[in-house]
Amino acid sequence: MTVETGGATMVAPNDTELIQLLTPEGERVEHPQYPLSDVDIKGLYRDMVLVRRFDTEAISLQRQGELGIWASLLGQEAAQIGSGRALSPRDMAFPSYREHGVAWCRGLDPVRLLELFRGVSNGAWDPQEYKFHLYTIVIGDQTLHATGYAMGIKRDSAEDEAVIVYFGDGATSQGDVSEAFSWASVFQVPVVFFCQNNQYAISAPQERQSPIPLYQRSRGFGFPGIRVDGNDVLACYEVTRQALRAAREGRGPTLIEAFTYRMGAHTTTDDPTRYRLASELEVWRLRDPIERVRAYLARTGQANAAFFEQVDAEAAELAARVRDACRALPDPPPLAMFDHVYTGANAILEAERAQYGDYLDGFEPAGLGQRESEVAR
Amino acid sequence: MTRLTLSRALNEGLRRALEADPKVMIMGEDVGRLGGVFRVTDGLQKDFGEHRVIDTPLAESGIVGTAIGLALRGYRPVCEIQFDGFVYPATDQIVSQLAKMRYRSRGQLTLPVVIRIPFGGGIGAVEHHSESPEVIFAHTAGLRVVACADAAEAFSMIQLAIACDDPVIFFEPKRRYWDRAEVDMAAALDTALPLSKARTVLPGDDVTLLTYGPLVRTCTEAAIAARDEGKSIEVIDLRSLSPLDMDTISASVIRTGRCVVAHEAPVYAGLGAEIAARVTEQCFYHLEAPVLRVGGFAIPYPVARLEDHYLPDLDRILDTVDRTFAF
Ligand SMILES: Cc1ncc(C[n+]2csc(CCOP(=O)(O)OP(=O)(O)O)c2C)c(N)n1
Ligand SMILES: [Mg+2]
Repeated sequence: MTVETGGATMVAPNDTELIQLLTPEGERVEHPQYPLSDVDIKGLYRDMVLVRRFDTEAISLQRQGELGIWASLLGQEAAQIGSGRALSPRDMAFPSYREHGVAWCRGLDPVRLLELFRGVSNGAWDPQEYKFHLYTIVIGDQTLHATGYAMGIKRDSAEDEAVIVYFGDGATSQGDVSEAFSWASVFQVPVVFFCQNNQYAISAPQERQSPIPLYQRSRGFGFPGIRVDGNDVLACYEVTRQALRAAREGRGPTLIEAFTYRMGAHTTTDDPTRYRLASELEVWRLRDPIERVRAYLARTGQANAAFFEQVDAEAAELAARVRDACRALPDPPPLAMFDHVYTGANAILEAERAQYGDYLDGFEPAGLGQRESEVAR
Repeated sequence: MTRLTLSRALNEGLRRALEADPKVMIMGEDVGRLGGVFRVTDGLQKDFGEHRVIDTPLAESGIVGTAIGLALRGYRPVCEIQFDGFVYPATDQIVSQLAKMRYRSRGQLTLPVVIRIPFGGGIGAVEHHSESPEVIFAHTAGLRVVACADAAEAFSMIQLAIACDDPVIFFEPKRRYWDRAEVDMAAALDTALPLSKARTVLPGDDVTLLTYGPLVRTCTEAAIAARDEGKSIEVIDLRSLSPLDMDTISASVIRTGRCVVAHEAPVYAGLGAEIAARVTEQCFYHLEAPVLRVGGFAIPYPVARLEDHYLPDLDRILDTVDRTFAF
C-alpha cells in the first residue's frame, strides 16, 4: 500500500455495479430493478437535515466538555436515513455506535444517545420498544446477535419481520462478521447486512480490509451482495426495502454495501489530517447526500423555499432542545453502579455496595452514597 | 537523562528494539500511519517501513494469530491491541496457542511475541476502554505478564519484553501515557532491572503497599501523604504480575508485618487474591493483620461519570491501610 493513496477517492462511484437513483447533481436515474416505490422524499430530506444538525450539536457539546467523546455520522446521513426508513415497524435493527440516523428513524430521542457519550449510561433504552438494539462498541459483535435474532424469527415463523444489522468497512475483517455470514447463509435467515463503507476504519483505508469490493464478499458465503451509492438516500431506501422484503419472504440474507464517506474525524479524539488528504474531502463534498435531494426537490418544484426554511427552523429547535437536555442530564448516584449486574442478589457484590456506601457516608456532606431508588424521588 | 512522557518512552524503547534486531516487527490497528491512538508507535512506520510496522486489518485474533506464525518463522512481533476491552477476540489465540506452543512442542518452539495492551481507567471513556484484564492472562500458564508504571520503566521494560523469548503480555497504564519522567536513554539494557523483578518505589517500615501500573503513582502519593500522619508505607511496584517476585514481596512484608494490595481490577478473584494467599503462606508468623485488598468492585467497569468512585484513589487506599492498623 502506498500510504499517499488512502482509500476513498480512488474507487470511482461510477462503478457500473453501484446502484444510484439520484445523482450528486440531483438528477433522477431510473433503474429497472429498483423502481422507486412511493416514498416521501421531502420526509427523507427533513430527516437528514435534522440528524445532521443533531450531530453538529453533539460535536460542539463534546468540545464544551458536556460529552466525553462523539462519533459523528457526518456524510453518512443518506445511508442511515434511507435504510432506516425502509424498515417496517416490526423489523429489528442492530446498530454499531454511529447509527444516530437509524436511531432517529426508529423514534429514539437523540438525547438518549448522548447519555452514552456523556458517560451517564451505556445507552440502556428499551430495544424492543424502539426495535433498535443497544449500541455495540466492540467491532463486529452485533452481526452475530442480529443473525441469531433472525434465526429466532425464522423459528417463530414470524413472516412479517426481518433484521438489519449495521457495521463498518473495518468490521468486515473481524472473524465474527464472517461467522455471521456463514450462519445467515447456512440457515437462510431473514437478515440484511448493511455495511456502511465510509472508506476508513479510523486511519485504515478500506483496501486494508479487502482488496475486492466489500459487496462481493457475500458471494463466497452463498448470498447476494449489492453496492449502493451510500450518499443517495433514494437508492439506499429502495435497495434496503427490497432486501428486507426478500428476507421476510424467506429468500435469505443480503449484504448491502453502502458506498459512502466519513466526512468528519473517526471520533472527536481523532485527527484525520494524519492519514488523509484534504483533497479527498473536497471530492466527497460534491457528493453530499443532502444537497442532491435539496436540488432535486427544488428543481422539480416538489418543495419551495418555505419548506426548506421550515426544516431549518425545526433543525435549530432540535439543536436547542438537545443542547439543554444534554446539559441537564444528571450524573447517576454513585451506588447505582452496583445495580443490574445480575438478575438477583449477589452476596459479594452487595457486601461491596454496603461497604462503599458506609465509606461514602463517612465523608461530608453526608448522603453521597444514597441508593438510586432513594435519590430518584 | 531525558524527560519523556510514558508514551514517548515506549516509542523510544520500540525504536531501540527495531534498530537492534531486524526480526522485530510491530503490528496492530492504526499503528502505522496514525502512530497508534496513543501515539506510542508515532513515526516508526516512516522510519522503519511498512513491512516492519504494519497497519493490520481490523481483527485482534488475526493480529495475534499471524504474530504466532511470524514468530514460528523467526520474527519477533510486537502486537498492539488498541484498548484492553478489545483483546478478547484474541484470547483464543493467546490462551490456546501463544501460551501453550512451547509446552506442546516440549520446548522446541518458543514464541517471542509481545502483546502491548493499554489498560485501566481514568480517561472518561465509553464502555470497553477502561478494563483491567491482567488476571485472565496471569492465570494462563506459559505467558509472562508485566505492567509498566512510568516512563523510565516503560523504556527499559518494553525492550526487555521484546528481548524475552517467552510470550509477554505487556500492560501500559493508559491514564499515565502523558505523565513525564526522567529516562536514562544511555543505560545499557543489561543493567536494567530484570523483567521478573519487583521494584521498591518508596521504602517504609510500617506496612507494605503492593501495586502496579497506573496505581503506582497513586500509591506513592498516598504514602507521601501518610508520612504526615506518622505512617511509614513501603510502596512496591510489582512490575511482573506473572511470575510474581515473591522474594521481594515476602522480604518486605516480613519486615513491616502488614500488607495491602491495590489494583484497578476487581478485587474479587483479582491478583490481590493470589498475593494475599502467598503472603499468608510465607509470612504468616510475621503478620500483624490480614492482608487487605483495595481495588475495583465486582461489577463491570462503570460509566465514565462514576469511574472516580470505582477506581481506588488516595483516600480509599489510605482507608485500607488504616484498617490494617486496626487489627
Ligand atoms: C474489537 C475492536 N477492536 C478495536 C476497536 C477500536 N475501534 C473502534 S472503531 C474502529 C474502526 C472501525 O471501523 P469501521 O468498522 O469501518 O467503522 P467506522 O468507525 O468507520 O464507522 C476501531 C478499530 C473496537 N471498537 N473493537
Ligand atoms: Mg469505516
